[in-house]
Amino acid sequence: MSSASLPAQRKSLFAFSTQAVTMVAALVIIWLLFGFLTNFTFLSPRNLSNLFRQMTIISFLACGMVFVIVTGRIDLSVGSVTGFISAIAASLQARAFPDLLPHLFPGMAGTPWVGVISTILTIVVALSVGVLVGMFQGSIIAYLGVPAFMVTLGGMLMFRGGVLGVTQGQTIMPIEDSMRLIAQGYLSDWLGLVFAAAAAIVIFVMTFSTRARQQQFGFALAPFWKDLAKALAASLGLFFYVVIMNIYRGVQTPVLLLAIVVVVMSYLANSTRFGRYAYAIGGNPEATRLSGVNIKKSLFLIFVLMGALCAVAGIVLTGYVAAGTIGAGTNYELDAIASCILGGTSPLGGSGTIIGAMLGSLIIASLANGMSVMNVAPFWQYIVRGGVLILAVYLDVATRKGRR
Amino acid sequence: METDVILDISHVTKTFPGVTALSDVSLQIRRGEIHGLCGENGAGKSTLVKILSGVYPHGTYEGAITFQGKELRFEQKSIRAAIEAGIAIVYQELTLIPKMTVGENIFLGKEPVERRRINRSRLYAQSRDILTRYGLDILPQARVMDLGVGKQQMAEIAKALSEDAKLLILDEPTSALTQTEVLKLMEILRGLKAQGVTCIYISHKLEEFFGITDRVTVLRDGKLISTMETRDASTEKLVKLMVGREMTDRFPPSQRTPTDVILSVRGLHAEDPNVPGREILKGVDFDLRKGEILGIAGLMGSGRTELVTTIFGEYAAITAGSILLEGQEVHIKSAREAMDLGISLVPEDRKQLGLVLIQSVLKNVALPNLNKFSSFMRIDKQAELHETEKYAKSLSIKTPSLNVAVDNLSGGNQQKVVIAKWLMSAPKVLILDDPTRGIDVGAKFEIYKLMNELAGQGMAIIMISSELEEVIGMSDRIVVMCEGRSNGVLARSEATQERVMTLATGITSNGTR
Repeated sequence: MSSASLPAQRKSLFAFSTQAVTMVAALVIIWLLFGFLTNFTFLSPRNLSNLFRQMTIISFLACGMVFVIVTGRIDLSVGSVTGFISAIAASLQARAFPDLLPHLFPGMAGTPWVGVISTILTIVVALSVGVLVGMFQGSIIAYLGVPAFMVTLGGMLMFRGGVLGVTQGQTIMPIEDSMRLIAQGYLSDWLGLVFAAAAAIVIFVMTFSTRARQQQFGFALAPFWKDLAKALAASLGLFFYVVIMNIYRGVQTPVLLLAIVVVVMSYLANSTRFGRYAYAIGGNPEATRLSGVNIKKSLFLIFVLMGALCAVAGIVLTGYVAAGTIGAGTNYELDAIASCILGGTSPLGGSGTIIGAMLGSLIIASLANGMSVMNVAPFWQYIVRGGVLILAVYLDVATRKGRR
Repeated sequence: METDVILDISHVTKTFPGVTALSDVSLQIRRGEIHGLCGENGAGKSTLVKILSGVYPHGTYEGAITFQGKELRFEQKSIRAAIEAGIAIVYQELTLIPKMTVGENIFLGKEPVERRRINRSRLYAQSRDILTRYGLDILPQARVMDLGVGKQQMAEIAKALSEDAKLLILDEPTSALTQTEVLKLMEILRGLKAQGVTCIYISHKLEEFFGITDRVTVLRDGKLISTMETRDASTEKLVKLMVGREMTDRFPPSQRTPTDVILSVRGLHAEDPNVPGREILKGVDFDLRKGEILGIAGLMGSGRTELVTTIFGEYAAITAGSILLEGQEVHIKSAREAMDLGISLVPEDRKQLGLVLIQSVLKNVALPNLNKFSSFMRIDKQAELHETEKYAKSLSIKTPSLNVAVDNLSGGNQQKVVIAKWLMSAPKVLILDDPTRGIDVGAKFEIYKLMNELAGQGMAIIMISSELEEVIGMSDRIVVMCEGRSNGVLARSEATQERVMTLATGITSNGTR
C-alpha cells in the first residue's frame, strides 16, 4: 500500500520463517531432552551416526512426497512400492544373478567382480521398476483422472501383494557385500573431508557467481559480509558434521547419497520449470492450466520421480537389512507424509520445501531412535510419535490464525 | 423526511499496524433511507462494514456506534450479535450453499424443528412469505446452483432479511450482475424502502446511486470526505471527491487507426464440453484488426466468456466455422498453443482463473513466460526478476516487494499482475475478459490508458465488459452477443446504450432509428 512500485527486496540473513525457527527449536529440545535422559548416550558420535543413517530411507521417500503433496495430491503406495522393489532386489541378488552371471561372464566366475556386477545390475533393474511403477500410477492419475488418493491406495495393496508374491513369504538372503556397503558403508576419514571441501568450494563459487549476475542486472547487492557469512556458516556446518562422524567411523554412504538427492531435488523444486509448475498446480490448478502449463504431464512426471525415489529407498533398505523381507516398507508412507507435514509442507498443496521435510524426517527418526535408546516400550513409541505429529500440525494451525 | 437517526457512527477510528483504515469518521444514517457509500479500494468502506458486522469487535476501534438508540458493543468475532441487533449484510461474494435450496439456505442454522425433525413444509411456507413480502421473484424450492447470479443475489437478500433486519448493508451487490438484473435489484430495494428497511448501498458503479439512493457519502483514504443529498450530486462530482483530483473524463482520450485484419472468426459454432449436444455458440462472426480495441457486449449467459475461452482453446469443442489468424486457419487446442500463436487471455475471474494467490507477484507474472528465461534444466532467476521488475514498473503495480503474495494486494493491483503476466508473453492479440470488474475508479482509468497505449502500438485487443458505458467508451467497434450468436457489430460512432441493449436482448432493430 505504499506509494510507488519498489524492486524486489532481498531476504535478509535473519529473515527465517517462524515455522523454520519452531522446527529447529523443536529438534534442539528433543535432542537435549534425550541427551539428558540417556546420560548423553543419545548424543554420542556413535548414536548420531546411527540416527542419521536410520533417517535416510524415509528421507528419500519424503523428498518425492514433498512434490506430490505440493501439487495437492498424496501417495499412499510408497511403502509398499519400496518393499516390492527391495524384494525384487534381494531375489535378484540371492537367487537370479548367482546362477545367471557365471554363465554370462564365464571368465569372472569365482572372482569378487561377480558380486559387484550383480549389484550394479540390481540397481539398474530396481530403478527401472521404480520408474515403471511411477509411470503406471502416474498415468492413471494424470491422464485417466482418477484421484491420487484412490489410485495409490489401490497401489498400496497391489504392491504389498507383489512383495508377498516375490518373496513367497520367506526372507531372502544373502545379499552381496557391495550392496550392503550402499547402506552400511562409511567413507574413509580423508574422503569425507575431501567431499566436504568440494561442497564448500561449490557453495562459495555459487555465492559469488550469483552476486556477479545480480550486479550485471544492476540489482542492489546484499552486503558482502552477509553473503560471505552465509557461505561460511554452511561450509562450517558441513565440516562439523564430517568431523563428528569421523570420530566414530566416518561419513555414512547412505547419508552421502541422501545429500546428493536432497541437493538435486531442492534444485528441481526451486530452479526449474518442473518445480515451479508443481507449486503453481498446488496453488491454483485452473490458473496454471490457463497459463499454458501442461498439468497432466507435470503430474505424470512427479509420480515417475516418486517411483524412482521409491527405488532408491528400496535399494538402500535391501542393503540395510541385508535381506528381502515380507514386512519391508510397511507404514513408510505414513512416516514420509508425516516428515513433509512436520517440515512445513501444506497438506492443502502449494507450499513446502525439501529441506523442511528433511528436518521433519530427522525429528521423526530422533524420536524413534531416542526412545529405543531409552528402552521405551514400543506401544509408547507409537503413541508419542502420533502425538508429536498432531501437536506439530496444531502449532502450525495456531500460529497461522489471524490470517483470514 | 425528518431526521430520525437509526445508526449514528461517531468519531470512529480504526488502525492496523502501519495503516489507518478509518480516521475519525462520523456518519448518521436516517431511518428508512437508502444511503450510498462510495470510495476507491482502500478508502475504508470494507473496514466500516466489518465494524458494523462485528468482524472487528468493540474495543478494537475508537469512537462509538449507536444503533436504534443503543451503543453497539459486539464481543469478539461474533457475526450473530450483529444479526440479532438487526443489522444484515449482503456481501460481494455470495455466501449461499449451492447444492441446497433457496429455502434451506434462508433457514440455515435456524430450521423450523418439530419433534426433532425439520418441518419442510413450514420451512418452504415461511420462505415463501419472506420472498413475497419483499417482492423477490424466486421459488423457495429451487436449488441455488440452478439459479442465475441475479436470482442468487435475491436469495442472499432474503436470507439477510429473514431475521427481521432493520438495517441492510449491501457491499457491491451489482459487481456480478447484468444491466437487467441491476434494474431488478433497484426495484427490489425501492420495495424494501417502502417497507421501512434502511439500506447502506456500497458500489463502484456510481450511476447506480442516482436511481435509488437518498444521500451519498464519499470516503477517501479512511476519511469521510462528504455526505450529500443525491439530487445535489453528479458522477463527475463524486469521482472528483473519490480520487481527490480532477478527472476530466472517465475514459482517457485515444487516437489510433486500426490497420490489417489479424483475427477472423467465421460462423463459429461450439458445444458445451460438459453437456454434449448443447450448443453454446450458435454462429459468431467478427474481424479484429491490428491496433483496434474490439468490445464484446452482451448479457450474462450470452456466450461472451465462452466465445473467448473457446478461441483460446480452453473451453468448448468447435463444431462448425473457423478461426483465422493472419489469414491462416488455426485449430487451437490448449492455452499453450494459443500463446505460441500470439494470443493471450486475461480471464474473467482473476482469483479463480488468473492468479495463484498464495504465490508471489514475481512467480505469478513469470508463470506463463518461464520459457523466456529458462532452459530445460534451469530458470535464470536474475533475468526473471529483471524482466518482471520492468513490467511491474511500467504498469505501476503497487506492492512492497515482488516477493509479496498477490493475495495481499488490492483488487486493482491484482488485476495489473494478471495483465503484466500476459503482456510479458508479448501477444499479438490480447483478450481481456471484464478487466475492470470490482476495481476502483483510479485503477480502472490506468487500465484504460494502458489499453489505449497497447492498441496505439498496434496490438489487437478484444475487451469483454459488463458495463455498457465502458464498452462504448473504450471500443472502436462493438460486437453484441445474444444467446450464443453475434447479433450485430456497431462502430463507436453509432453505439449508444439503447442500441447495444436492443441487440443484446435479441430484438431485431425495428422501431429504433
